Amino acid sequence: MHEISAEEQQQIAVCIGAFAPKRGSLVPILQRIQDEFAYLSGEAMRKVAAHLGITPGEVYSVATFYNQFRFHPPGKHAIKVCLGTACHVRGGEVILENFQRKLGIREGQTTEDKEFSIDRVACVGCCALAPVALLGDKVYGHMAPSKVEGLILGIHLEKERQEREKAKHESNNS
Amino acid sequence: MSQTTPRISFNAIREQAEKRRKELDETGLPKVHIGMATCGIAAGALETKTAFEQALADQNIAARIHAVGCLGHCYAEPLVLVENPGWPPIFYYGVTPGNAGMIVRAFLRDGDPLLETLLGATEPNDLIPQVKDFPRFAFEKKVITQKSGFIDPEDVYDYIDHGGYETLSACLEKSPGDILQEVVHSGLRGRGGAGFPTGTKWRLAREAEIEHKVVICNADEGDPGAYMDRTILESNPHQVIEGMVLCAYAVGASKGIIYVRAEYPLAVRVITKALQQAEGLGLIGKNILGTDFSFDLSLFQGSGAFVCGEETAMIQSIEGYRGVAQHRPPYPVEKGLYGWPTVINNVKTFASIAPILERGAEWYRSMGTDKSPGTAVFSVVGNVVHPGLVEIPMGVDLRTLILEICGGIPNKKAFKAVQIGGPSGGCLPERFLDTPIDFDSLTEAGAMMGSGGIVVMDEDTCMVEVARYFLDFTQKESCGKCTFCRVGTKHLLGILERITKGEGRETDLKTLQELSQDIKLGSLCGLGKTAPNPVITSLRYFREEYEAHIKEKRCPAKMCRSLTAFYIDLDKCARGCDACVGSCPVEAIFTTKDRKKAVDQILCVKCGECMVACPVEYSAVKKISPAQLAPIIPRPEKKEDKKAE
Ligand SMILES: Cc1cc2nc3c(=O)[nH]c(=O)nc-3n(C[C@H](O)[C@H](O)[C@H](O)COP(=O)(O)O)c2cc1C
Ligand code: FES
Repeated sequence: MHEISAEEQQQIAVCIGAFAPKRGSLVPILQRIQDEFAYLSGEAMRKVAAHLGITPGEVYSVATFYNQFRFHPPGKHAIKVCLGTACHVRGGEVILENFQRKLGIREGQTTEDKEFSIDRVACVGCCALAPVALLGDKVYGHMAPSKVEGLILGIHLEKERQEREKAKHESNNS
Repeated sequence: MSQTTPRISFNAIREQAEKRRKELDETGLPKVHIGMATCGIAAGALETKTAFEQALADQNIAARIHAVGCLGHCYAEPLVLVENPGWPPIFYYGVTPGNAGMIVRAFLRDGDPLLETLLGATEPNDLIPQVKDFPRFAFEKKVITQKSGFIDPEDVYDYIDHGGYETLSACLEKSPGDILQEVVHSGLRGRGGAGFPTGTKWRLAREAEIEHKVVICNADEGDPGAYMDRTILESNPHQVIEGMVLCAYAVGASKGIIYVRAEYPLAVRVITKALQQAEGLGLIGKNILGTDFSFDLSLFQGSGAFVCGEETAMIQSIEGYRGVAQHRPPYPVEKGLYGWPTVINNVKTFASIAPILERGAEWYRSMGTDKSPGTAVFSVVGNVVHPGLVEIPMGVDLRTLILEICGGIPNKKAFKAVQIGGPSGGCLPERFLDTPIDFDSLTEAGAMMGSGGIVVMDEDTCMVEVARYFLDFTQKESCGKCTFCRVGTKHLLGILERITKGEGRETDLKTLQELSQDIKLGSLCGLGKTAPNPVITSLRYFREEYEAHIKEKRCPAKMCRSLTAFYIDLDKCARGCDACVGSCPVEAIFTTKDRKKAVDQILCVKCGECMVACPVEYSAVKKISPAQLAPIIPRPEKKEDKKAE
């Protein structure tokens, strides 16, 4: 599991400190923490509980109710496949399966190297482009299984390029 | 009473807005308005904007780029309106970065409007066809979205310059009772789904003798295939805010909350900015426009749970609890957030208020039908030629909306069904196309107005599968309080899954029917009460489809993947062609002995890519149901494969 560093402890405290210690702050605090860390750690939820004077179980029970919250760090490249009605009717399921097959993980999971994660979302507001997938914040419309391959390949190529650049940089510097 | 009246206070603000516009107008520069709501950005509007900036700089042409919201024509994004002095304003559709450069060079520099790439003009002229003559524009009657797509949502002055907040300033000089009366007279019914008369709700809140009252705007938009509310907020947040302030004044509320899903990052950003700007000008907050009336308005981000669109669940979630629906009565207007009387209305309901109070209840009633006055905004998506947001008067029939306004079904396919009202709604077949779209007619037909999501389905859509899809959704979203909803929907889903896999039983249809009724009766909130609707309507109107799945293991629409197979018609396959091979994500396509292609039925995942890849002149890839009808062609031994090459 991901270790929480002292710096992160500090960051969590800052997030929590911005809100009044009342029950109504619970969801906004959790949102702030997730904004910061991209997920909710057990440690963060315990701290929230202490701030609000409720049990960690209570915090967890609320957090798990809502789809927005995740409890594991997402991949560096978070893939979201839209399975809203329009995308479903136009084959969103097939796109999701292709991502799963290509990356060898299921929806809700992150690859072992922490590079990719896959989630499903409902209607991202551009049904005219269905089926739709998101890579980070960028929307890719009119998806097709062949485009799935291209997208992932593109990321790998970009990563290799960056590594080459980095290596070049380092050899130049030394 | 002090001397300044709200109107006087507002005049200063309006003058500021007018002055800014005049300054811009006097420069006489061309204007390029680019639609930058979510749909535009997804289609590449950011890149298009950059390309415009670049091209203008390259050509040394001065022009003003104006980021606006969504006009509703999502099929045409990125959509750009160019105002070139001496010309009527012209819409261009699908403007890629390349097109942007072309428009700058050909039109702005050389005066050639590029007739082949434009959509139409917005004013009469001799040369360019007018958009108002196209059905997609002609039938629309814009009230809620009138300013959307023409103003910059992040600039309050733009809204004010287009008449915004004028109504608020005028209404603050009247008594709250007068405002209330006008809303009651207008006959406005809530646009969030149930169609409850807004005036009645407001009156109940007004009559509550408790000092502290709350107004909440429901922008949770849970329907997984609809995006009207989000687009309205992204395109014109101030019209919603103005409606909320007017409501607060009418009912005597001092606190307001806009409840938006956190998954709508652009909407959240736009509203946050709008609230700051409105507060800065004294249009919300303390002593609005110099009066005694104060209204504190803030944003609350919903965390993505469909049931939180239900008002009592929403209140639970704002208070920091799991969004579990509560028993009504007491209704929120009696006892809502923290026990205070609370008015909850939909985004479109609030956005209708300023136009109603500006032009009067009579005017509003002149649109729509007797029992459902006014206009409604729909997001029409799925298998239609021109998907997007459409605002039409209530009472227009489905045929006009789908076949005329939205251009009908693409790819020469036949219309099959229209799904209205999202997970709570129903699927209506062709014979219902003449149903007028209003609260009562749709309910009568077995569907529901819902919040405005309409999904059009062509002959390739399986109704059993669609019912399964919605049950899968509601089953996951049930808050779990009522046993019938929690367990019943799971059971319904299980049966539907079985049927779509070809494992249905003869008794299933009866069970589906009975269980649906039980869930309706045994659930507390609208989620459970309406969750079986997709099953009930599809069973009622498409029963033969269920029967084909169960009795013949056949999916008539060839959509259910367990029941269909893809194969290649060897008579049509062109020898040596391998267009399909690379398209297959699982390498299920192989070369036969006589150098044609065939599908390995065991490996095939039925994604249909090969069907798309196969050149139309051959159209050799076929889809068939039941699956066992597909011819089985053995894969040649590896050795022979080599030889053939
Ligand atoms: C399960 C469920 C989901 C709902 N989702 C929404 C929604 O997303 N947006 C909305 O405005 N109303 C939604 N409603 C309706 C609200 O409970 C409420 O009736 C509405 O916000 C009232 O506003 P109106 O009178 O302006 O329509 C939902 C109701 C139920 C039962
Ligand atoms: S359903 Fe996927 S974007 Fe709307």
